[in-house]
Amino acid sequence: MNNEALKDLLYKMADDALIIGHRNSEWTGIGPMLEEDLAFSSMAQDKIGHAKALYQILHEILGEPEPDKVAFLREDEKLFKCCQFVELPIGEYDFSLVRQFLFDHAEAVRYDMLTGSSFQPLAQLAKKVKGEIKYHTMHADTFLKQLGHGTEESHARMQSALNYAMPYALGVFEKSELENDLISQQVFAGEDAAKKLWLEKITPVIEAAGLQLPKVADDKIVYGGRKGFHSEYLKSLLDEMCEVVRTDPEAEW
Amino acid sequence: MYGNTNITEEDAKRLNTIDEDPIKLAQFEDRITRGEKIEPGDWMPKEYRKQLIRMIEQHAHSEIVGALPEGTWITRAPNFRRKLALIAKVQDEIGHGQLLYSAAETLGKTREQMLEDLLNGKSKYSNIFNYPAETWADVAVIGFLVDGAAIVNQVINSKGSYGPYCRALERICYEESFHLKQGHDNVVYLATGTKKQRAMLQDAINRWYRPLLHFFGPPDRTSQHSEKLMKWKVKLASNDDMRNQFLDQYVPKIWELGITFPDPNLKKNDAGIWEFSDPDWDEFKRVINGGGPCNSERLAVRKYAEEAGRWVRNALTAKNEKYVAPLA
Amino acid sequence: MNSLDPRIKRLHLKKDETEPVHTNSHLVTWEVFHQDKRGKQHAHVGAVHASSPELALIMAKEVFGRRGKTTNLWVVKTSDVFTFQTEDEDMFETTPEKTFRDPADYKVRDRIEKYRNTAKVI
Repeated sequence: MNNEALKDLLYKMADDALIIGHRNSEWTGIGPMLEEDLAFSSMAQDKIGHAKALYQILHEILGEPEPDKVAFLREDEKLFKCCQFVELPIGEYDFSLVRQFLFDHAEAVRYDMLTGSSFQPLAQLAKKVKGEIKYHTMHADTFLKQLGHGTEESHARMQSALNYAMPYALGVFEKSELENDLISQQVFAGEDAAKKLWLEKITPVIEAAGLQLPKVADDKIVYGGRKGFHSEYLKSLLDEMCEVVRTDPEAEW
Repeated sequence: MYGNTNITEEDAKRLNTIDEDPIKLAQFEDRITRGEKIEPGDWMPKEYRKQLIRMIEQHAHSEIVGALPEGTWITRAPNFRRKLALIAKVQDEIGHGQLLYSAAETLGKTREQMLEDLLNGKSKYSNIFNYPAETWADVAVIGFLVDGAAIVNQVINSKGSYGPYCRALERICYEESFHLKQGHDNVVYLATGTKKQRAMLQDAINRWYRPLLHFFGPPDRTSQHSEKLMKWKVKLASNDDMRNQFLDQYVPKIWELGITFPDPNLKKNDAGIWEFSDPDWDEFKRVINGGGPCNSERLAVRKYAEEAGRWVRNALTAKNEKYVAPLA
Repeated sequence: MNSLDPRIKRLHLKKDETEPVHTNSHLVTWEVFHQDKRGKQHAHVGAVHASSPELALIMAKEVFGRRGKTTNLWVVKTSDVFTFQTEDEDMFETTPEKTFRDPADYKVRDRIEKYRNTAKVI
């Protein structure tokens, strides 16, 4: 098996999960209604848990440093492989919800594909977290439909958040040069296959919400994250996340 | 997380002159004396309902405002374990707010009305959340000692007379035992860590000591007292008793780590009562009346959450649905 | 506002907002029933605010399913639950006295022993 290709896949999944989890945790205490604070917080905990599990596989099987080290002490943002979509600030609830909808469906599709992966640790993890991810998409679908059909304002907000988010969401499926090895070794069926499945999942929900799937020209898709080119927001996010541990990286916290 | 309910002079006066149907009142009080719970549909004195609503809503506000000081560090927890624990812990506080608002709603005041009263300064929350969480060590101290103080109060209140409040408190106390453990764990790591970590912890303890003494309210000799509220099992222990119980449980757990409290007079006397220097009750009053370091920030943040989330709640409000208070 | 909380800093809040705030109308409440093990009954645990049964289930999971075991949750709109009035509790008052419905009311052992002793049954 091509370890570099595997690492590439695991890092991008883990970094995505860590950063989106971090972002979603920001809602704890300031959401639009108490029950929804709880939901974003739960999903954040799940995502951060997934990140930890993926870093653990990287550590135990592929010889990378421990999860706490790679997550909290990778100084150079270029070493992060998350997509730019997850880096964006939480904004208002409309954006956060639409991001949750688009990103979590992408993740659901990816994990679903991975349940049959020839790389066993990943296949096992994918099976284990299936229920959590199913709930995340259920949460997103339910809210999207209710807000899509709510008031004129909520409908307009959902549509404009979708329009804004879509170029970033498509960037989740940025291809890697190492991908062909993963496909041929049946580790992962590839980004194009994932994107196709994703569109099949999200299109009917968007329609059921009375919204329109935005059309995005290929040259408007926001790529770069998978290769270490990030939005302006990642560096400040990492500086903030690592502020305490960097005061003494050797200490036990 | 919550302190203790304190009443005004007028409250005390009203409680001394209860004007209710004497037969119903006697039945109600007998029921409480027998150790039975009062449930939402039961007859209850107007003043009982009023005091309970006030107390439960203040408790609920304290949970959702109490999520903010620790929330200060939610994006900066230093490793996976702490990050997950802190998110879960702050989330629980919001969850506790949800449970408590529901309990208060059964008495006939809507959650929205309670939130409105909080935002417009008509209803208070626990004073301690008007202090800032300056460093990561504050998260440890809040998790261990503020939650520890709150548990003392909540365990006592869970023996009260109003069914829905007791049930909410039982669930809350069960969940808070995790808060306490993770807070203690965090305190112990800092205390047994590097010099810098110990100094950070000591500094945080120094700053939280007085607010912790204030937590249970003014000393019994200067606070309004109502036999009625005790009889009705709305209030179950005096401020001084709760404070003493807290000090007895937690001071030794800090001392055993070689960490001190900034009070040379803090000690347990021969009668088993904890003595301490006057913690400046004028400051307590100043902070309650809006003069604390974070009062305006806390309210501004809650107002933001209310206003920024309005369109969501509007979209979710079904046009023809009639609101009915929760059952129990 | 210069908050110590970076999340709050990003909100760019104004400090002295003195305008009174009005909350909007309330969402209806749903009663939640929790089952912690297959085969056991669902027990009432509390209420959530939500606009639809689908959302109420999600909220119920968040409020009452955050720790421990959950196998299922039910939600029922509060206004759809009918209850007895408290003052009607007296309708149930004499039920515990109907001991002829209780197994404990049928103690034959004494009678058997007595018979065996007098009739000298071996």
